[in-house]
Amino acid sequence: MNEIRVTVNGREVVEDVEPRLLLTDFLRHRLGLTGTHVGCEHGVCGACTVRLDGVSVRACCVLAVQADGSAVETVESLAEDGLLSPLQDAFKRHHALQCGFCTPGILMAADDLLSRGRPSREEIVEMLSGQLCRCTGYAPIVAAIEDACNTLSQGFEAIDG
Amino acid sequence: MKPAPFEYIAARSVEEALAALARDEDAKPIAGGQSLVPALNMRLVRPTLLVDLNHAGLDAVEVNGVVRVGAMARQAAVERDARTHPLLREALPYVGHFVTRNRGTVGGSVAHADGSAEIPLCLAALGGTIVAEGPNGRREISPEDFFVTHYLTTLAPGEIVVETTWPLPAAGEGAAFEELALRAGDYALAMVAVVLRRSNGVARDVRVYVAGDRPTALADVAATLDGVGVSAATAREAGELASEAVGPTDSIHASASYLRHLTGTLVERALLRAWERTA
Repeated sequence: MNEIRVTVNGREVVEDVEPRLLLTDFLRHRLGLTGTHVGCEHGVCGACTVRLDGVSVRACCVLAVQADGSAVETVESLAEDGLLSPLQDAFKRHHALQCGFCTPGILMAADDLLSRGRPSREEIVEMLSGQLCRCTGYAPIVAAIEDACNTLSQGFEAIDG
Repeated sequence: MKPAPFEYIAARSVEEALAALARDEDAKPIAGGQSLVPALNMRLVRPTLLVDLNHAGLDAVEVNGVVRVGAMARQAAVERDARTHPLLREALPYVGHFVTRNRGTVGGSVAHADGSAEIPLCLAALGGTIVAEGPNGRREISPEDFFVTHYLTTLAPGEIVVETTWPLPAAGEGAAFEELALRAGDYALAMVAVVLRRSNGVARDVRVYVAGDRPTALADVAATLDGVGVSAATAREAGELASEAVGPTDSIHASASYLRHLTGTLVERALLRAWERTA
């Protein structure tokens, strides 16, 4: 057992973990954060995408023990005080989810992409190539991310200078 | 779909990593983990000890005559680093996906040596090197001497990749990377890297590399363009020669004859784009 100290969605947690425990299972089973979904468990589907020290990663391809000393954000961190983030709100308005299984991972990957400035449509589509959705056909997802881009555009102007 | 048990050490330096690896012959180093953790999850590999390189101080990118890319430099960071060779930056968006490149490393991809990986192909095409450290010290290895076949390199037991070195673009140089996959981020059906130099209106130092079970030089194809200008006609001829030079096998995605044709087309396109870039 290894003791790890991780800040998850702003809250510090200290837990003993076996080295083989995946970050997905740590979040879901130890912390009850079941928003992070487990699809393929080998890095292909993207349903388990979370942020690790600010950047999006596959939580199924990171060991919990590797997150020691790091900050992790999950999909549960996006809404504040019950208020959907602009990205989540755009997903709702564009019907960018049907079964919703892929949604947490897509939100976290898109949230990372949008935090780097205004992406092109091609960059959005390329990012989505790593996030499997079998319901929507992706069109409403692309539309929602582009819509969120526009909502956030004042922020981008600040980033772009 | 859960790893078998293992012990874990987060190495704080290369020395610590080497000491840990020397202790246990079934130990494995872990870099970005984008190939190793899936293999652990599927229990395709069952190391007794994982030696984590993520805190070993190997993530710097430095320029001194060549570009020295620390083994743990993330693919996403190198993709955005204007100091690194344009060929590498052109190829990196084809490596995995947006999210996996945040975690995946340049050194990890080289050490993993998947035959269909973009980074080893670029390293070979540019004539870079692999710097390894192990129980017998530090050594620099050419890609020709490093990559053996799929997932097999000449790294010795207990030895790790600590950096790769990449030449800076030469005067008059042009390079291009071409790949076709069924979907973005999928394993490539075929990929090609071309590096050449324009001198007095003709091509010199032409290097044409394709991915096979390891990065493979098509020297005979490159030789046809040495001392010749690259034109639509000469690029097409070189492409046809390339399609005869490779030996792909039928797969569920494409027939061998299609893959031959595809390689020829990618060689032709890469030659033309590399030549344009010399201007």
